[in-house]
Amino acid sequence: MNVARWLGPIVAIVIAALPFAVKAYQLDFLIFLLINVIVVVSYRLVTITGEWSLSHVVIMGVGAYASAIGTKQLGLPVLAAMPIAGLVSALIAYVLSFPLFRMKGFYFLIGSFAAGEAIRLTWSRFRFPFGGPKGITMIPAPELPIPGFGTVSLGTPVIYYFMTVVIVVLCLWVMYRLERSKIGLTLEAIHWKDVLAESVGIDTWRYRTLSFVTASFFAGIGGSLLGHYIGTINPDRFGMESMLYVLVWTIVGGTRTFYGPIIGVVVLSILDEVFRGLAELRPALYGVLLIATMRFLPDGLESLPEVFSMARGRLRTRTDRPPAASPDVSAE
Amino acid sequence: MVELVLQTSINALVAASFIALIAVGLVLIFGVMRIVNFAHGELFMAGAYVVWYLYAQQSWPFPLAVIAAGVAVCALGMAMERLLFRPMRGNQLGGLIMSVGALFILQVGAVQIGGVNLMKHVPPAVPGAIAIPGFEGVSVPGQRLVVIGVSVTLLCLTWLLLHRTKVGWALRACAQDPEAASLQGISINRYALVAMGLSAALAGVAGGIMAPLVRVGPYMGHSVIVTAFIVIIVGGVGSVEGAVLAAVLYSFLDTFITTFFDGSLATIVGLVVMMLVLVVRPTGILGTAEKV
Repeated sequence: MNVARWLGPIVAIVIAALPFAVKAYQLDFLIFLLINVIVVVSYRLVTITGEWSLSHVVIMGVGAYASAIGTKQLGLPVLAAMPIAGLVSALIAYVLSFPLFRMKGFYFLIGSFAAGEAIRLTWSRFRFPFGGPKGITMIPAPELPIPGFGTVSLGTPVIYYFMTVVIVVLCLWVMYRLERSKIGLTLEAIHWKDVLAESVGIDTWRYRTLSFVTASFFAGIGGSLLGHYIGTINPDRFGMESMLYVLVWTIVGGTRTFYGPIIGVVVLSILDEVFRGLAELRPALYGVLLIATMRFLPDGLESLPEVFSMARGRLRTRTDRPPAASPDVSAE
Repeated sequence: MVELVLQTSINALVAASFIALIAVGLVLIFGVMRIVNFAHGELFMAGAYVVWYLYAQQSWPFPLAVIAAGVAVCALGMAMERLLFRPMRGNQLGGLIMSVGALFILQVGAVQIGGVNLMKHVPPAVPGAIAIPGFEGVSVPGQRLVVIGVSVTLLCLTWLLLHRTKVGWALRACAQDPEAASLQGISINRYALVAMGLSAALAGVAGGIMAPLVRVGPYMGHSVIVTAFIVIIVGGVGSVEGAVLAAVLYSFLDTFITTFFDGSLATIVGLVVMMLVLVVRPTGILGTAEKV
């Protein structure tokens, strides 16, 4: 209990102090990590309906492209383009939901994969307005107009870091509230027993679409944050490989709880940083981790405390029990 | 114009025959084990690597190298079944995730063996080309004839195996209803191993015969698996005949659009067609509805 009470403030202090304690490239890493936190948490919102989408990273890319085109070609201010990027992603997801939610299981998986690939290929096929295979470069950094002071650029890494923190916290809060609301409980019901949920009058199609579209909105915001930070986006950045990484983070973390995917992305990204020297071997490391997780920890890292306490409980009963009364011994 | 259409048709036939090999393998695994093998493209890649090593580096005769590729990849597939897929029996998502893990490991293995960007040149086994009488500009390179010949032969053999032998009967029984099959004394584990070995061998041979025609590299499996997924969805997951039919339809569409317009447009059209098929007929052309 005590740990839980102190955890919040400690995390807050660490997050606030980190950008001043790390090197420049590590700050990049932190910003990407924060963006990935939005991506995996919103991805969990998709999986909670029982379907595993393979288009989430492409939907994130839709947000990045929308934001980049909006600011570069339509002259929107960056901070206004971000929510619009989220809305565009949500809209695309809404359109996709019509064919996709006719499918279940394997078909949904492949259907979403195909839809994503089609969008991605459209980006690389059409030079206008998507910039073709090279993508869009020189995406402007956000600026904040302060009355009586002029505009302040938010593009420097430290300031961008704090802006990202604020946006991530906001997004996480909204998604957390959503999960705890009646809608979240209904989604949970659909996740476990969709036929039963339908039989008590829940319109599963509507709820599935709702969670898919909401998740896509937040993925779009994540994409927009990414685009305005690195300044260049191209179709390859949102390819299958990135999607597989999101899948790995989410599964290794676990999807039963809200914080599971966050644990997954944080732990694996830090591992990734530590093993930076093994560049070429990293995917294999991920593969081994993924297989080991599925095999030995099917509920993900989030279930580690339970596994530990269960193991400890087993040890304790074994040592506390007087040997004579043990059923194992008497059975012999 | 006629010549161009004829030449394109021949190219489409080559593509169709090797894609059918890959897709039939995927269908077999899915049918018997209910597992979507994302690493299937990497098995194809492994076959190409074996042929590159044995034929191009060690100068083995080409047919022997291809057979070796089939055997080696078959063993690899069986190992995957035993170590990765068997513990996940009955858990579709689990099997899929295992195969993603295998995909990463196999790709890195290929990078370790041959490097990332080194182009691996595999000379064609049958040099020269055969001209088609009556059309001066149309010719069929020998290697492409080999691809068509080997693929069609293997597909026929697979069909015979599935429909005319006891093993095939058992495989189909497992695919239809695993529970009833195991009640009849059919060992699901054994036939899962058979299905996986057969499917991997097909992928390995496909990789082997295609090695001289494509760029051999660690990531060559990606485009192949995308195409194979489209094909098995359109054909109906779990239907071998549907997979072959869809492979032919898809290859003709793809090759013609690639020749007359461009490659990425062809893939987009293919994906859109697949989405349309899914919307109109969610079980594919020849598929049947899955049990809930």
